[in-house]
Amino acid sequence: MSATVTETSAPRWLGLWPAAMLMLFFLVPFAIMLAVSVAHRDQSGFYEWGFELDSYARFMSGFFAKVMAVSLSVSLSAAAICVAIAFPFTVFLAQMSNRTQTLVLVVLLSVLALSEVIIGFALSTLLSQTAGIGNLFHWLGLIAEPQAYTPSLFALITGLCYIGFPFAVLVLYPPVSRLDPEIVEAARVMGASGPRAFFGVIVPSLRGAIVGAFILVFVFTLGSYLLPQLLGRSEDWTLSVHITDQAVYQSNLPFAAAMSIFLMLVALALVGLASLAGRDRGAAA
Amino acid sequence: MSKALKLTYILIVLALLVLPLVVVAAVSLNGPQTLRFPPVEPSLHWYARLFTDSEWLVPLRHSLTIALCAAALAVAIALPLALYVWERRGVAVQLLTGMGLAPFALPPVISALGFMIFWMTVGGYGQIWATIISHGIFLVTLPLVTISLGLRGIDRSLIESARVMGANRWAVMRTVILPLLLPYIVSGYAFAFVLSLNEYIIAYMVAGFTVETLPVKIFNALRYGYTPILAVVSVLFVVMSALIFGLIGRFGNLPRLMGAERSQRD
Amino acid sequence: MTELRIDGVSKEFGSFRALDNVSLDIPNGKFVCLLGPSGCGKTTLLRVIAGLESPTAGRVHVGGEDQTELATHKRGMGMVFQSLALFPHLNVAENVTYPLTIRGVAKAERDARAEELLDLVRLPGMGARRIHQLSGGQRQRVAIARGLAISPKVFLLDEPLSALDAALREHMQIELRQIQQRLGVTTIVVTHDQKEALTMADLVIVMKDGVIQQAGAPMEVYHNPANAFVAGFIGTTNLIPCEVADGTISALGHTMPVVDGDRVAAGSGPAQLSVRPDHVLILPKGQGIPAEVTFLRDLGDSRQVMLNADGQELVANLPQGSDVQLTPGQHVGLDFRAGERVVVT
Repeated sequence: MSATVTETSAPRWLGLWPAAMLMLFFLVPFAIMLAVSVAHRDQSGFYEWGFELDSYARFMSGFFAKVMAVSLSVSLSAAAICVAIAFPFTVFLAQMSNRTQTLVLVVLLSVLALSEVIIGFALSTLLSQTAGIGNLFHWLGLIAEPQAYTPSLFALITGLCYIGFPFAVLVLYPPVSRLDPEIVEAARVMGASGPRAFFGVIVPSLRGAIVGAFILVFVFTLGSYLLPQLLGRSEDWTLSVHITDQAVYQSNLPFAAAMSIFLMLVALALVGLASLAGRDRGAAA
Repeated sequence: MSKALKLTYILIVLALLVLPLVVVAAVSLNGPQTLRFPPVEPSLHWYARLFTDSEWLVPLRHSLTIALCAAALAVAIALPLALYVWERRGVAVQLLTGMGLAPFALPPVISALGFMIFWMTVGGYGQIWATIISHGIFLVTLPLVTISLGLRGIDRSLIESARVMGANRWAVMRTVILPLLLPYIVSGYAFAFVLSLNEYIIAYMVAGFTVETLPVKIFNALRYGYTPILAVVSVLFVVMSALIFGLIGRFGNLPRLMGAERSQRD
Repeated sequence: MTELRIDGVSKEFGSFRALDNVSLDIPNGKFVCLLGPSGCGKTTLLRVIAGLESPTAGRVHVGGEDQTELATHKRGMGMVFQSLALFPHLNVAENVTYPLTIRGVAKAERDARAEELLDLVRLPGMGARRIHQLSGGQRQRVAIARGLAISPKVFLLDEPLSALDAALREHMQIELRQIQQRLGVTTIVVTHDQKEALTMADLVIVMKDGVIQQAGAPMEVYHNPANAFVAGFIGTTNLIPCEVADGTISALGHTMPVVDGDRVAAGSGPAQLSVRPDHVLILPKGQGIPAEVTFLRDLGDSRQVMLNADGQELVANLPQGSDVQLTPGQHVGLDFRAGERVVVT
């Protein structure tokens, strides 16, 4: 196309500024982190440039394999619970009036935006001995003494579900709300009952979206850093916690960087899988 | 399933989401330094304390400064980026879009460590502007998504008609594209603002010991025992987030902003 | 005087050829309709004139000036888009005076001009309305007023009335024509509606596959189509394979002498005979070409008869007041009115 008369609305040079900013402050930090991950650790708390794979080798130890296993299984359970609750929630939400949808979205966004610190604090209060449901159960006569439910694995998974739920709904919301309501109506007209239409028509036609949402929530909860410390026991600490611990308290930057690179590869692979799942659906539709 | 049943399900889940916040709001009213529910000797004096005690005022000011500036930076990067990739395609465009979307898609601890090492290397570690830039880059994704959504909604013939009527590239931008994008720019800014305000790990790793933000301060305070003032701050955050998203919902089309493209019943 | 000259313009989108060596002279002050089926290149031609597409080959001259390379915003044209493209963030008056605002015209002058233009399109006092408060017809008028705001040399309209319902569309056709005549602005309208073209145009340009099939006055195009496509596209017609030889036309096993008024463009050999439904005469059985009545429909002001003559489908209009009684399945005879037969290739 000739440039003289048909032109784009934005000039080419407009891309330079964001490209420069993102390269300088996103790609360069990554490159440095990559370099640090193979640097030699200096006991004084810093590092010497070099090339060694010690940090990666250390990571392959049994202890960190266990940490990774804990991280993954905790996040997997939380993601599964989240999506199981969020999917029907989103389907029902999309059938509500625009006004109701807006209201619910405001609540969800507010919860989503809420700092993990505050969610951790709120949940630990709720699960505490003095102010929480232990108190309530005691008052109802269900248990003999008010009891604390935190820290525990249960509290941690509850917390992860709490932060993951709004995220799951918001990831599911676009495909669900674009689903043609006539598909369901057609199923109903042809005699499918409500649950049958739900499992027979809605779930299969959104299978890709569900898998995608599951993986994205999984990655999202995998990154949780504060909740494991606030709600979990030290054996429930996730990789994120260990990365920070190594970086800030153990001053072992190369090791922290190596773990970050590893976590990033896992996350990237999963996000890639999620987008594949999404594409699969596109091809089927 | 009937409409009422569906609504009930939605309300139950929402109630579970809101329940911890209600408990927090209630314990914020405790008179003595204790977290009891229901509260004892209800009083608002912890609220007064937040706004008079410099121990909390300084982090509050830090948080607001960082959020205001970082959200502005995020928009300043996202707007030209969205405009640039809008009518173009190719490898460079995809790379640029990917870089704009990546920070938010990865576990934040990765970006946090990256920023931390970066600022240690180039200088700036522990400075408030380092936190601002880090947040700005980290949150670019949000305005990028909202603005791209706005651009997708602009009818091409509006731009063509403006050009036929004598508007050059800059005039089209000024009189057509930017006014139509304004709601999306504002909501992108608001999203970035709220998330910066609540962000912990980057703020902590880039300048946690020198520039305490409210989330960092809360977490530090948690180690020395729970006091109602933590509940007060939490309530403040919840109210602020709800207010901002409420405003977006009131003046913008939140369902569309969240990706619903089917025409909505009202 | 030629206002607009299109000289050998071609436009390719990849391997698709939207315009194929189109040349055209449009005189000053004329109302021109670009007519054709969708995909014929009429909209592309309009966009080339506006500068929204640059031609692959050829030149565009406006008022004697070569504008082929001139940026769109410097051409000083008025245009109405199919979607109307009214700015949702501006009110009616701001929309109408947008071209003036862009040119830095003072506020007072703009306000006066807005009033003048809104009077012209019969929307007096509506300047402060928002676009979404207007009806479809009112939006149409705002778009027309906006296109005329700078008194453009050329006024372009791309399927401007296609979104309106039938009654309003006919009304707007007449109004648009009246406005154009009052202002004397050279106007080019793209349309796929042949009736619209016949109603409004001084000059009809029929296009197909990126090529101009015929350019002429509406009645010229109607009565004297250049080819079978034009004959079929403008109005309803019957196209029948025929053979021309020695001053006769043979069709459906029937040979007719060519008389004064018949238009035979082709030489001798196979061609097509075009006869309008008004000129298909129905005779008693046994006379003329034998045919069978297949369907009858009453359109209120006229009656239409569908016929089958040896496998050839034909349409005839029964004249007003005709009391001929027909039923489907009935056998009749046919003839084509002498002097109204057109042979095209």
